[in-house]
Formats: sequence, C-alpha cells, structure tokens
Amino acid sequence: MKSRIAKSHGTKQLKNKLFVLFCVIVTTLSVTALAVLLITIANQGFAHLDWDLISSYASRHPEKAGIKAALWGTVWLCSICVITSLPVGVATAVYLEEFAPNNRITRFLELNIANLAGVPSIVYGIIGLTVFARMLGLFGTMNNPLVEIGDPISFWYFRLPFGSSVLVGGLTLALVVLPIVIVSTREAVRAVPSSLREASLAMGATRWETVRKVVLPRSAPGILTGAILSTSRAIGEAAPILVIGGFLFIRFVPANVFDDFTAMPLQIYNWAGRPQEEFHAVAASAIIVLLAVLLAFNGVAAFIRYRYQRN
Amino acid sequence: MIKILLTTLLTASLAVVASADDNSRLTGTVKIDGSSTVYPITEAIAEEFAEEAPRVRVTVGISGTGGGFKRFSAGETDISDASRPIKAKEQKLCDELGLEFIEVPVAYDGLTIVINKNNDWCDTLTVDQLKKIYLDGSTIKTWNDLDSSWPTIPIKMYSPGTDSGTFDYFKEVVAGKKGSIRSDMSVSEDDNVLVRGVSGDKGGIGFFGCAYYFENKDKLKAVAINNGKTNVIPNKKTIESGEYAPFSRPLFIYVKKTALDKPAVKVFVDYYIENAGDMAEEVGYVRLPQELYDRVKKNIASRKTGTQFIDDKGEKVHGALESVYE
Repeated sequence: MKSRIAKSHGTKQLKNKLFVLFCVIVTTLSVTALAVLLITIANQGFAHLDWDLISSYASRHPEKAGIKAALWGTVWLCSICVITSLPVGVATAVYLEEFAPNNRITRFLELNIANLAGVPSIVYGIIGLTVFARMLGLFGTMNNPLVEIGDPISFWYFRLPFGSSVLVGGLTLALVVLPIVIVSTREAVRAVPSSLREASLAMGATRWETVRKVVLPRSAPGILTGAILSTSRAIGEAAPILVIGGFLFIRFVPANVFDDFTAMPLQIYNWAGRPQEEFHAVAASAIIVLLAVLLAFNGVAAFIRYRYQRN
Repeated sequence: MIKILLTTLLTASLAVVASADDNSRLTGTVKIDGSSTVYPITEAIAEEFAEEAPRVRVTVGISGTGGGFKRFSAGETDISDASRPIKAKEQKLCDELGLEFIEVPVAYDGLTIVINKNNDWCDTLTVDQLKKIYLDGSTIKTWNDLDSSWPTIPIKMYSPGTDSGTFDYFKEVVAGKKGSIRSDMSVSEDDNVLVRGVSGDKGGIGFFGCAYYFENKDKLKAVAINNGKTNVIPNKKTIESGEYAPFSRPLFIYVKKTALDKPAVKVFVDYYIENAGDMAEEVGYVRLPQELYDRVKKNIASRKTGTQFIDDKGEKVHGALESVYE
C-alpha cells in the first residue's frame, strides 16, 4: 500500500518534470526563432540605419532610398485607425456587456463579432475599396468626385467619394481591428466585480453614470491593452492597404486625410521583393524602424495604462 | 564701370533663364499607373522631376498595362504606362467615355527570355521551340522533351500576369492572334518576383523587359533568339536596330488630353520626353532616335490624339516604330 503511493508519487514527479522540461523547450524554441529573426535583420539593417533613411523619400538608388513617405503614411493610418476604432469598439463592447438584453438578436450579434475576428484582412480591403473608397459609385468616380471642397493640398480638403486615400486606409484598418477591440474590452468590462456596479446603482446612480464613473475607469487598463494589440496589428497589415491603393511610388507626405499614401509594410514588401541585395538591406533597416514605431505606440499605451492603474 | 555693367547684364540674363525654367513653385498632382516594364523609367523620371519641381505630387503605381488602361479609361489616372500599344477594345472604351489621349513612345525594350545562371545546356532557342514550350496543350515537361541532348530537368515556367503588356506581346508572337498560352505557369505582375523565381530554379525559364535582365545579369542568363539565320542576343545594338526580332518592341506612356491642361501634368510630360532617352538608358532600356522624341514633342504641342497602331478600319498596324510614326 505504502509503496504504491510512493510509486505513484514518483510517476507524478516525473510527469511534472517532463512537463516543465517541455515548457522550457517550447519557450526556448520560440524565443530562439525570434532572436534569429531580429539578429538577421539587425545585422543586415543597421549599416543603412541613419537619419537619411528617415528623412529621404523612396529612390531607385538603394543608397539614397528612404522611408519618409511610408513612415508618415503609417503614422497617419494608425492614428485614423485608433481614433475611429477605439470609440466604436468600446461603445459596442459596453453596450453588449452592460445594456443589451440577453435575447436572440444579442446572441446573433455576439456570434458575428466572434466570426469577424477570423475574417482574412484582404476581405476587409475589398469592403474598404467598394464602400469607403468608391462609395458604391453613388458619388461619381474617384477622379471626378461629386463633392469636392477646398484645394487638394490644403489641410481642410474634403471629397466624396473618399477615393484611395489615407482616410480609407485608416477606416479599413479600423474594421480589421474592431473585433479585437470589442473582444478585449468585453473581457475587461466583465472583469469589473458586479458588487461595484450594484453599490453604484444602490447609491442612486443611473446605469450611464455607473458605466462612466465605475466600470470604464476600472476596465481602462484592459481596454488599453486591447488598443495596444490592435495598433500593433494595424501597423503590420499590408493586404487591405494593397487592395485599396496598391503599391505607389510617392515622394510626398499626406497633406490631408484625402491624400494618396504608402505605408511601411508595402514599402518593405516592395524592397524585399527586389532582386538586388542592397534593397534587402534597406528593407531590413525599414523593418527596424517599423519595430521602433511599434514600440513607440506600445510605449505610449503602456504609459497611459500605468498612470490609470496608479490612480 | 564696364565690369559692373557686364556683371549686371550677366546677373539679369541668368535671372531670366532661371525664371523661364523655374518649376520650383509649381504645384499640382500627376497620377500614373500601369506597366511594370515601364515602371523603372517612370520611377526614375518621377524621382528626378521631384528635384526640378518639388511641390508637384507625382504618384506611380504598378498594375500592369491592362490594369493601368482600366484605371486610365475610368478617368482615375492622368498617365498610363504601357508595354504594348493600346488595344482596339481599350480604345473603344475611352472613345465611349469621350476620353482622348496622346500616345508617347518613350524607349525600346527587348523582351528577354531568361534562364537560370547554372543552366549550361541551353544558349539559344528558336521561336518554334518557344511555341513548343508555351502553347496551350504543350506536353513539354522537362528540358529533355525539347531537345534530346538536354538533361531531364523539369522546365519551370515563370510568366508575367495576363494583365501585363509583356504577356500580351509574348502571346501574340508565340501563339498568334487566336492561340493561347498554357496556364500551368508561376505568374506574377511583379517582374522582380519572376527574377527571383528563375534565379532560384535550375530548370527555370521566364520572360520580361530587358531592364530587369540587365539589372540582374549576375543572377540570370539571357537566351539568344534564333531568327532563322543567326542567333541574336538582346543588347543595345540588336534591340535598337530591330535585329532582335521578333521581341524588340517600343514602350509607351499614354497621356490624357484634358490632363495636359493642368500645368503640373504638362510640365511633367515635357520633362519626361526631354529625359526619356537618358533615363531609359540608365535603367536598362534603349533610347529612341532623337527625331522620334522631337516628333512626339510636336504631337504633345499640337495635342495630336489617338493611337498610331490602329488604322481607320480598326485594324492593327504593324511595323517598326519609325515607319508607324511617319
């Protein structure tokens, strides 16, 4: 009897050790893969990494080629994406968690949002092209718009349909990341203890006041984590942008939201696809910049999150 | 005193020259799309033009000659890059929409058949052999099927997409008007992808504009084309003289007539024609004879619209560029 316990204890310990070993191996593998990737890129890219890369436009000479247009394009895209997807996503999530009645329609909506998260991003690109860029042809063609206000290079220029503009790129990316924002916000809102809500309601607060003053502040860190994830996704997305504008050789920075644009992933894709080794080095440098931009966006979000958690 | 007078005169004349040619304050947009074969020239021109007129916003896309014409006829672009003349069907579409254009040949290209650098058995191909490889229904699977002295290494075919002018041109030469090309090839609209494909595959074969070959000479081998008499390799001389038949061909840009009313487009097109020869040579194509550029310049000035490659009856015009542009 005693030996059986000891034996089973021994097997248990062995299994435990095997599992830990398995976890360590798997972690090492993934970290090594990442490290190899980063080292290769750093190795190839650091030689070309200087201010000229950031301050000059694309060129047919690899030594002169820079990412100014693509970098600014990406910054515009991500800003538009965050500004549009965050309010819509958070509002949807709060509605579903706090206000929506538990009926068939709600469940249907929830199912659809979960499905949307799995839709390939190129499909969103096609939606963006037909609905946002061409507006189903209701307002004339891109080059002959029905509504046009202002000078195309002024900041307040407005046009219907939106055309293959940076605004459409940003809105399409917003569609791509919306399910992520919604799902992560719902998780965050759900994590707020219901005792807090009940206390707030018992004090005579309305549901809106409860959401605004109790639920949202408590779930802000979780929401911002979702925002970080979605921004990272948006920065790296190439397929939907490719459908909307295609790869463009551009030597200017967007002047307004209706301007033509190119983005970092497209520029990197173009350079990496060229047969000349020199362009691969430029692509590697651009990847380093892209990672830096990614870290900057994440850093800002992490900072805000930190501030919220402290208060 | 005289010295001062001279200096003033000199400064004044310099100022006049500068202001007559000064495009640094010119603004506007120029939208270009189309052939990936013409892209290197247009990209180079756009880059140089940015020094000349930094405030003009030029965008250059790559969607293939066919894709470019689709956007052009929809009124979305000002200029369309094309590696073949416009087709009657595409012209009809423009006519229906009342869109007039001016055809501008910018350089010669030699459509180059390339194979892997390590392919040491094949140096030359005849058009008949190309037909054997590429025609629809072809049973050729290995190099050995083509010539029994060659190894049994599979032929891996890389081709520009069907929206590409290069594909259209190749198809017309190899398969004729009605024939079709086999469909089991690796296809890409991006010629760089084809370069990488052929250079990484010992049995690979592909075709594209000669600039992409000259740019990657260290990775690829060009096949000489046997025209029945001699084997001709594509180079500046054979392309320009037309000796590299039947694959020597002109490249074009098509300019929307109404777009020329925009100063930015007009200045850009003038700049393009002025520098097309130099830039074409720099990126690996062959310049046209100067008199052709002069003639085209006149066409722009007089707004001579339409293509020279389709006659009044809607039939295709064939022949050397010089004779077509009489």
